[in-house]
Amino acid sequence: MKHLLTGDEAVARGAYEAGVRFAAAYPGTPSTEILENISKYNDVIKAEWAPNEKVALETVIGASIAGARALAAMKHVGLNVAADPFFTFAYMGVSGGAVVITADEPGQFSSQNEQDNRNYAKAAMVPMFEPSDSQEAKDMLADAFEISEKHDLPVLYRLTTRVCHSKSMVEFKDRVEVPIKPYVKNIKKYVAVPANARVMKVKLQANMALLEEYSNNTKWNRAEYGDTKIGIICSGDCYLYAREVFGDEASYLKLGFTNPLPAEMIKDFASKVEKIYIIEENDPYIEDFVRALGIECDGKNIFPRNGEMLPEVIREVIYGEKIEADTELAEALIGRPPTLCAGCPHRGFFYELGRKRNVMVSGDIGCYTLASGAPYNAIESTICMGASISAGHGAQQIFDTIEDNKMRVVSVLGDSTFFHTGINSLMNVAYNKSNTVNVILDNRITAMTGQQENPGSGMTVQGEITEQVNIESIVKALGFHNVRTINPNDLKEVKETLNWALELEEPSVIITRWPCALKKMHEWDLVEFNNPFTTQYEVLEDVCIGCKACTRTGCPAIVFQVEKKKSSIDPYKCVGCSVCAQVCPVDAIQLRGA
Amino acid sequence: MTKNILLTGVGGQGTILASRILTLGLQDNGYDVKMSEVHGMSQREGPVLTHVRFGEKVWSPVVSKKKADIIIGFEELEVLRNLEYLRDDGQGVVILNRARVNPIGVLSGKDVYPPNIQELIEARAGRLIALDATEEAEKLGNPRAMNIILLGVALKALGLHEEIDWNKIIAENVRERFVEVNQKALQLGMSLV
Repeated sequence: MKHLLTGDEAVARGAYEAGVRFAAAYPGTPSTEILENISKYNDVIKAEWAPNEKVALETVIGASIAGARALAAMKHVGLNVAADPFFTFAYMGVSGGAVVITADEPGQFSSQNEQDNRNYAKAAMVPMFEPSDSQEAKDMLADAFEISEKHDLPVLYRLTTRVCHSKSMVEFKDRVEVPIKPYVKNIKKYVAVPANARVMKVKLQANMALLEEYSNNTKWNRAEYGDTKIGIICSGDCYLYAREVFGDEASYLKLGFTNPLPAEMIKDFASKVEKIYIIEENDPYIEDFVRALGIECDGKNIFPRNGEMLPEVIREVIYGEKIEADTELAEALIGRPPTLCAGCPHRGFFYELGRKRNVMVSGDIGCYTLASGAPYNAIESTICMGASISAGHGAQQIFDTIEDNKMRVVSVLGDSTFFHTGINSLMNVAYNKSNTVNVILDNRITAMTGQQENPGSGMTVQGEITEQVNIESIVKALGFHNVRTINPNDLKEVKETLNWALELEEPSVIITRWPCALKKMHEWDLVEFNNPFTTQYEVLEDVCIGCKACTRTGCPAIVFQVEKKKSSIDPYKCVGCSVCAQVCPVDAIQLRGA
Repeated sequence: MTKNILLTGVGGQGTILASRILTLGLQDNGYDVKMSEVHGMSQREGPVLTHVRFGEKVWSPVVSKKKADIIIGFEELEVLRNLEYLRDDGQGVVILNRARVNPIGVLSGKDVYPPNIQELIEARAGRLIALDATEEAEKLGNPRAMNIILLGVALKALGLHEEIDWNKIIAENVRERFVEVNQKALQLGMSLV
């Protein structure tokens, strides 16, 4: 019986089959569903949402030292956060096998950059696998753990968005129970002080050298011969795209184990084909290696270094089959930009913030990044998780050196982003005394990646009730004296609080506390927020003057009827946040059935 | 020969269940199947595009532009957005649900919803099947079953209506209380072509 699974689901199954006992992750597209699916194997795998990727990887290192097979999953930029333990983990090696999954984003569907994390494998000197479909995403994982234990190294497991989010057939195996290795105190192995680490590095280099033989002989690296006029060297999903385009009209060197790369196999392949193309997404990772072997090839000199290497991209480069844009369609088309949902608690806050003058709004990663667009135009920079508060601090320090400065920085980030790394940035504000206004948009969940629980939400990934980290207490403990928690749907309160904060000559923290409109409410949410999202508003047409003020809230439940010059509210979308009613200058918007 | 299907609409219209039933049925009948889904952030009513490819052996999970045999369109503007995927030899089929979910620009009066979508499709497709699937689903007492009606239409248009026991696939993969209405919806969809 075969199962149709996404790559993420297949990795979760692979973790189960490989005898994994511990898994940790921070949500991030396209990796999020890996831990969500692993958490379903609750009886044999302890799965945890960590506050950030560094914590996730460090817990995995601990689990490995304690003797269990363990896995950390993250999106590509998450590995930047976890890079510090990642490099040293390579030096230390493992006890229980350990795999770090990186989900890269060629094409940048929902990421701030398109970095190629294969470079991390090379830089940290760890073995790397690159599955191309769901079956491989499951099966290679078992071998990754074998390699990890056999060679005393953590393994990098590189997926891409298409591998994570495409479904293909997968055949299951049973779980192999891998016993927990007895803990052995081994200071020279696990204490990375210089004296030990110098020795560790020599061992690391030796371990990696041994893997060259594996790379040249593993079934995951293989030549498939068709017509030998064209030889394609590729890894990951690029193999599927190349196969799609060339079929049997080419030969393929399909690489699934890509650090170290198989030099002998590549030389052998090169000697049997006439013209070599390297097809890979993002950086010339394989290409640089092939060129260094003295083999002539075409790669990033003809293929783009950005975006996916989809069949249509390959066809255009190799065969000149350019798909002409259909200009008639392009002209007729209008956009469907993402918008804050009806009832989104960020709406009221950004409606007011967008009206402030002489402020720079330092933003962060989350749904609220949408406030950089119309109609709010209220976010002016977005860098990475947690950077709003620290970048805002830096900007304020410079503004304040300018004579008669009027610029104030308002830094905004969500609850999950605050727990992730924003908490460190906020500590810096208190310590180094910048005069910033720091806003934590606490919607009681990690929303953008699809409603994951977090340290503040009161529930674990398995749905167990746990402590709720209290943001207000943390903020006060960091040393902030000016802290207010407000309801972001109350525009008067938002406005007054912003004015209060902007008039202070000290830093402040505003916590807006209201749940995401899509959140599956916990019992305590229903009590605290008084059964929210259960009412609707309506427009009294004879009162509406058609001024469009309500449309400037950017709510998708509000429809402006152009012919009638009146607004109306879609009762199926409205969840009763009341922001539009507060904005209406003539009180034409009223609670339905009131 | 690999067949290329696109399902397109906005979040909340049930494209995911429709593509799930479709892929499970194809798999059950021995086809190699691949599916790839692209959606934006996890907001309401964002654009959804699902690629489904099936045949004896499928390589890429992604349908290339100008290669789609059929577009199953749940929402008119999203069909327009993805019409460049339709095969350009005049053999492509478009199933157009007469449903408009206005994007924020239209709601606020800034943009006008394109009025000529049907003509643009007719100029490019070999066959256009347009219907109001929600209205049809209301006849069954559940407007949400419109997704399975559209799937039924597509299966008939693809000639897959007899080859595969779709009632069985629905019975095995839909929650019990929704099995009957979805089976009826599928039959209704097939009868509309």
